[in-house]
Amino acid sequence: MQLHDLEKAFQQKIDNEIKIEPKDWMPDAYRKTNVRQISQHAHSEIVGMLPEGNWISRAPSLKRKAILIAKVQDEAGHGLYLYAAAETLGTSREQMIDDLHSGKAKYSSIFNYPTLTWADMGAVGWLVDGAAILNQVMLCRTSYGPYARANVRICKEESFHQRQGFESLMILSKGTDEQKAMCQDAINRWWWPALMMFGPKDSESNNNDQSMKWKIKRKSNDELRQQFIDMAVQQVKVLGMKLPDDKLQWNEEKGHYDFGEINWDEFWNVVKGNGPCNKQRLEARKKAHEEGAWVREAAVAYAKKKADRQHTSANENTAAA
Amino acid sequence: MNQLIYYTLHLADNNLILTQRNAAWCGHGPILEQDIAITNITLDLIGQSRNLYQYAAKLINEKNIKLVETETPFSLENEVNEVNEDSLAYLRTEREFKNLLLAEQPNGDWAQTILKQFFYSVYQYLLYEKMQYSKDEQLAGIAAKAIKEVKYHVTWSSEWVIRLGDGTAESKAKMEKAIKELWRYTGEMFVPADYETAMIAAAVAPDVALLKGEWMKKVMEVFSEATISSPFGGDWNETVFMQTGGKNGIHTEQFGYMLTELQYLQRTYPGAAW
Repeated sequence: MQLHDLEKAFQQKIDNEIKIEPKDWMPDAYRKTNVRQISQHAHSEIVGMLPEGNWISRAPSLKRKAILIAKVQDEAGHGLYLYAAAETLGTSREQMIDDLHSGKAKYSSIFNYPTLTWADMGAVGWLVDGAAILNQVMLCRTSYGPYARANVRICKEESFHQRQGFESLMILSKGTDEQKAMCQDAINRWWWPALMMFGPKDSESNNNDQSMKWKIKRKSNDELRQQFIDMAVQQVKVLGMKLPDDKLQWNEEKGHYDFGEINWDEFWNVVKGNGPCNKQRLEARKKAHEEGAWVREAAVAYAKKKADRQHTSANENTAAA
Repeated sequence: MNQLIYYTLHLADNNLILTQRNAAWCGHGPILEQDIAITNITLDLIGQSRNLYQYAAKLINEKNIKLVETETPFSLENEVNEVNEDSLAYLRTEREFKNLLLAEQPNGDWAQTILKQFFYSVYQYLLYEKMQYSKDEQLAGIAAKAIKEVKYHVTWSSEWVIRLGDGTAESKAKMEKAIKELWRYTGEMFVPADYETAMIAAAVAPDVALLKGEWMKKVMEVFSEATISSPFGGDWNETVFMQTGGKNGIHTEQFGYMLTELQYLQRTYPGAAW
């Protein structure tokens, strides 16, 4: 087949909602875009363990401690499925991790914000996981099969996390005055960064068109952001708290809420590495990796010795027979 | 009855304090799969400790025990009307915690963490195996439920001791350093505190002194497979002076810092629900 026939057949599959599988022919750009997106998603899960891990030692009850440990562990699990999904496209986990550490690969900027009080655990669960879920629900139907299936597993756990986060804020919102203030403060700090998680405005985003055509994405950044805002406005009422935006208002004509201007200058700065925790997050990951090098080397050396011994003893058995 | 409460708290504290240490690896492990594995163990440990604290709380509340009578002051009565798992974990002071010194030792590197878990898991397995037949039905039940989990902890930590001991020269050196650091905290496991002696007499607790032989046997088997020999240049037991005190609330200096972090929110906002 000629290249353009392959491309045509590929696009036809996508148009007919047939998933693309690892051994199928695909355009190089499709492969690259998926590696970039899936590895970025994997890195986000792994870096995302850090801000929440920050509160494990100080969780205020044994139940909350157990829930938080399990949640952070789930994120490690998500990272694992996602690295595996990306590896089906021919890039090794080591390569992807190296790219993260060198700064070549990105992760979600939201994790460059600090978790300052216990209420941040609830706000991250409600707003950050909430925003991530909308994206991941869409990605359950993405065109690359292994990535779509990884997202199905992730969504199940993630919606559980979001409920836990919301429940933990509910408790604070019904608690002492100090707890209520802590809850509102966390919402104030996480609201705008959560909106930025959907990425730049559609008019500014350069990956949108091709990704939509290939059904890697199925909804635009702005559509997802609007969907999230419409939901959060209802949910915050249940908490008896406020979202920190004076311009939030129901727009009858659009059937959506209008909202204030996002600080895009802040967004781009955090993307470029100037967020409050970019440096710490990357350093923590590099430190874990570097300090773990001797452990990984030992594991490899031991596995080799063991295999050699088995090989030798198998040969001896054969000789004896 | 006080002795049963102290004994239950001792068991609970061992697990909680090791949880607090191990949990620091979550998100920082050397290999993603092993980050998940040690966190699984941490989750088992905290789950077991919650069962034990809940039982201790039930005993205290039902019997309206005055714990202040004993040699270690029990501060809870001044702070809450009814104790629960959280008041036991979050509102007792340094001197009231009865965990083994081994459990509170710093994580150090992966070798030290693994070795600490290995020493404790082998002990916990032998202890809980016998505790399943305790005259105290609650403790028997908790042990029976936990033993399956602990069996896996023994397997996992043994495999890592072997892998590091028989891995590279560097990993072997680190494992030997960890042994030098931690061996002196192993003796305490087998010397009963007063509450253990009382509970052993009542057929509630297994006799810890009798677990020592089996513990040594298992540890030596694993060390042998790991090609590790005694770094003390002689007999493992006779050359090292064993540290004790944790079971009676005499801890190491860094324990107070650890507890401060653990208890921070409950201490800052007394009486708040979370």
